[in-house]
Amino acid sequence: MPSARYEAPRSVKEAVQLLGADRDARVLAGGTDLLVQSKTGRVSPSAYVDVKRIPELMQLQLGASGLRCGAAVPAARIYANEELRRRWPGLAEATDLIGSSQIQGRASWGGNLCNASPAADTVPALLVCGAEVAIAGPKGERTLPVAEFTTGPGTSVLGPGELVVEFRVPAPPARTADAYLRLIPRSEMDIAVVGAGVQLTLAADGGCTAARVAIGAVAPTARLVPAAAQALVGSRLDDAALARAAEAARAAVQAIDDKRGTIDYRRQVTGVLVVRAARIAAERAAAAHN
Amino acid sequence: MSRTHVETSVNGEPAEFLCQPSETLLDALRNQLGLTGTKEGCGTGDCGACSVMLDGQLVPACLVLAPEVEGRSVETIEGIARGEKLHPLQRKFLEHAALQCGICTPGFIVAAKALLEKNPSPTEAQARYYLAGNLCRCTGYDKIIRAVLDAGAEMRGESA
Repeated sequence: MPSARYEAPRSVKEAVQLLGADRDARVLAGGTDLLVQSKTGRVSPSAYVDVKRIPELMQLQLGASGLRCGAAVPAARIYANEELRRRWPGLAEATDLIGSSQIQGRASWGGNLCNASPAADTVPALLVCGAEVAIAGPKGERTLPVAEFTTGPGTSVLGPGELVVEFRVPAPPARTADAYLRLIPRSEMDIAVVGAGVQLTLAADGGCTAARVAIGAVAPTARLVPAAAQALVGSRLDDAALARAAEAARAAVQAIDDKRGTIDYRRQVTGVLVVRAARIAAERAAAAHN
Repeated sequence: MSRTHVETSVNGEPAEFLCQPSETLLDALRNQLGLTGTKEGCGTGDCGACSVMLDGQLVPACLVLAPEVEGRSVETIEGIARGEKLHPLQRKFLEHAALQCGICTPGFIVAAKALLEKNPSPTEAQARYYLAGNLCRCTGYDKIIRAVLDAGAEMRGESA
């Protein structure tokens, strides 16, 4: 790897200063994308700004109003949290799908989001949970829905000197649950061909009163599909409603042909995974007391 | 670029070294500390041959920068045995012939030890999924998995 400086700021303010002063410095969380890209020459950072000594980026707090997860918390720690798994099962299972056990010792939600691969596994799950990010930069702090963060493959709204500090996910209402499914060519250690996240809220009689549907790996960015959600809301999640949601999800596909799948295959599987994820979310929601 | 001085703990003992600021932990372990048990199989976090524990977390050493371990604790394959006394995983790998060339073996043993500490009683599927990040080109994995499950049984006090 070409040589670069190593910095380990102890505060958000220090990190912002370092990033603002050097446009070629890059944030280092788990390094599972950044260091790989450095080794292949795809990126050439002048400095690695290791943010893992900054407390705000490493904390994980759950409470009545929701969860706050620092941008650099490793996936293994997120998944190890029993309460998180219980209250946000889809978000937890998406996190647990990343890479391998070793990669999960390092990979973070912040890295997954900022690397902005169209196939990022945690992003559809974060989208359907209504997640927001807190960003710090030279002009201060701002918060933004995750849905507004990524602008294309590898690109985001982060400006010079800005970094993601934490994720905020609101507490799901009663009788609400999420699910995330992914298709990969192998059984493990691969990149999504299709990812589908669903969050549903059920009334006491089992009717769907709220929904979010998001698809990943089938468009330049992971995306919410409002039309698919609308097909579910007001329904009893019967086959006809699910089929309409699948159709809306397929219509939102804007995929490419590549070695993992063709456009047609990805479109077909998108519909299948949305229906399956909706069924799983519904079973969980019916049992969820939150 | 001037070298960085790192003070850390490796296998329970204080250790220090000089390294380039963007040198990986894998290179520092092998080239600065002479601990060549941890192997480079791919350099991109895909093969598991460089598996080590960092502050109790299983990680790929090829994707950790050496200066990151300042003040932290690292465990490598060299710390698994207690002097001459092999860990049950090491004995079971030998008994079951779970290695041929041995390049993947240190990574598998470090990862399998982490698995059994997290889940002392894994099913075969759980063991295979947990170890999916460790690749072996020689054995076909069957003997490795048997060795891991057998070591788990012994560690639970169950083996015949």
